Amino acid sequence: MKSTVISRFIPAFGGIVLTGATVALLTTLVLIAAGAPPLEVFYYITRGAVGSGTKIAQTLNAWIPLTLCACGLLFTFRIGLWNIGVEGQMMMGAVFSTMALRWGMTSDYPTMYLIAAFPAGIVGGGLWALLAGFLKTRGGVNEIFAGLGLNFVAQGFILWLIFGPWKRPGIASMSGTELFPIELWLSSLKGFRISPVGFSLTVAAVVLTALILRYTKIGLHLKAVGANPFASRLFGLNPDKNMLLAMLFAGGFAGVAGTIQVSGVYHRLIPAISGSYGYLALLVVMLANYNIWASVGVALLFAGLNVGSIQLPMMLQMDSSLSGVIQGALVLTALAVQALREKHKSFQKRANSNERI
Amino acid sequence: MNESEITLLFSSVVAGAAPIVLASLGETVTEKSGVINLSLDGSILLSAMVAFVAAYETNSLALGFLSGAVSGALIALIVGLFSIYLNRSQVAVGFVLTLMARDLAYFLGNPYSRLQGPQVPPLPIPVLEKIPFFGTVLFNQNLPVYFSLIMIGVIWWFLYKTPAGLELRSVGEHPEASYARGIDPKKLRLFYTICGGLLVGLAGALFSLSAKPGWGRPQGAEGTGWIALALVIFGGWHPVKAACGAYLFAFLQVMGIYFQNWFPSIPSQVFQTAPFPLMIFTLLFISYAQKKTGDADVSSRTQFFLKLISGNAPAALGKPYGNT
Repeated sequence: MKSTVISRFIPAFGGIVLTGATVALLTTLVLIAAGAPPLEVFYYITRGAVGSGTKIAQTLNAWIPLTLCACGLLFTFRIGLWNIGVEGQMMMGAVFSTMALRWGMTSDYPTMYLIAAFPAGIVGGGLWALLAGFLKTRGGVNEIFAGLGLNFVAQGFILWLIFGPWKRPGIASMSGTELFPIELWLSSLKGFRISPVGFSLTVAAVVLTALILRYTKIGLHLKAVGANPFASRLFGLNPDKNMLLAMLFAGGFAGVAGTIQVSGVYHRLIPAISGSYGYLALLVVMLANYNIWASVGVALLFAGLNVGSIQLPMMLQMDSSLSGVIQGALVLTALAVQALREKHKSFQKRANSNERI
Repeated sequence: MNESEITLLFSSVVAGAAPIVLASLGETVTEKSGVINLSLDGSILLSAMVAFVAAYETNSLALGFLSGAVSGALIALIVGLFSIYLNRSQVAVGFVLTLMARDLAYFLGNPYSRLQGPQVPPLPIPVLEKIPFFGTVLFNQNLPVYFSLIMIGVIWWFLYKTPAGLELRSVGEHPEASYARGIDPKKLRLFYTICGGLLVGLAGALFSLSAKPGWGRPQGAEGTGWIALALVIFGGWHPVKAACGAYLFAFLQVMGIYFQNWFPSIPSQVFQTAPFPLMIFTLLFISYAQKKTGDADVSSRTQFFLKLISGNAPAALGKPYGNT
């Protein structure tokens, strides 16, 4: 067997190149169909994502919630749950944080409330995740429908808050609640608008996720239940309890993402506070093949695509949803490449075993 | 509410439910064969866009419906190929396609936003439309709505009364056994996934050409695909029950407009999310009913009711057949 590092690396690298080339081709075809100049589109997206310090900061600001949600999703995927509800968990994290920050507006110690916004976010996201978890374990409702339904409920709840109890003095509007005073903003760097706290928390979340999943009993238990719930029962593991634990982790991380969106990016609660980053994080983790380190990189790529494509409506009068098309095409192509590689492997295996006979 | 208002209410329920009926019938067919097509929400939007653009450009409604159906079938084809022949997770592929088809629809449909396009004209059926109440509700609609009504019966008849329907159900229940009987489960599953996709595509076309005419971001059909997926479970994988669910849902949606008038301070967007908690409660109830059927301590009348609303998923639903 010539299973050296290089021979293992080259097919993986080849897969990435193949995926990238296919997606570039598919995207070009879509652009031609839309009557758009492909090269110009690619240029504007790249420039919009990394063209200046401001743009890079914007991309990183999108990377933060994406990565946090991806971390949470790794826990739920590990145990075999499809936590589509991550979007709503992020929203409820944002709602609970806004509540903490609103109390801080009338307080003499705003910093205390700013700090409290983080545990509040974790509680909000965690509770929403537990609700989906209980619907699954106790109620027998598939987690996809439970999570999706709860996403819409969370969205309705945010709208109700913005137009009702938390409306801006004078006029309620889709632009959100009133801006928090500056003492309640997560401070950001001068000239490079990114919050160091948010960034470091995200890095910490990635390391924590990697450690927990790899080196702790929790990680092992999640994996065991995910691989075979019936066998895990024989080893004294409770699948339901572990599912709820995984949901709690996912909701907690998503909740923190909501907190950062509220206190570090928008400084208020807006209807689109979650920015679909939860749904997108599902694609991130899939494209990263459920690997934490690859997720970090894929999240950066997806964040860049999202931020870069905002240029399209401004420069070319096109819809910014092109980023979603590219991201979807990437995941689909990667799935196909993965399938072909598996087929090739099993074919080779059979060929080898034939030789031995 | 007087009599003519009630007639109008039910007439708009039948019209408004038509696309949801078609989508849940399509998904029922697909799931009966053992495949979950989770891409419904995106499929409906993409086919709505394609149907509107095709009808707008050619000024032909027939071409609009045709291209809508074909778009739905193409997405279903991708779901089928990836899950049946490439062994990928049906849920993963379906979910990616949901998002991707929606974004593709928004991107390609952008130049056609808020344009006045062709709409399906009403086609009252002579004589029958004169019947009091039922005439207006059932026979004063347009052609696609009649089609949705007829399809409920057609799909039921096909699934339960024809040999081909039996084969379709067999690959969803026990593909190994049907293979032993000389049926190719993979081919059949792919075929019925595409057929289901055709109906879903028609549902999309029905949105942009009749129920919510026009294209835009948002179109107004957002979220319907998920409702249709839930309705399949609600209907216990039975086409008639799923269609009943669609009418019930459309009824509640129409009632939502009245609620809105009663609580004017609550923004309309909040009401638009109302179907989803309802969906969760329904699924909770269905799951409870399934658990309770057959329990000895439940009275026979309750037992009958539980049996009526609960149904079992095809045994091989979501499970891939064969490994290579």
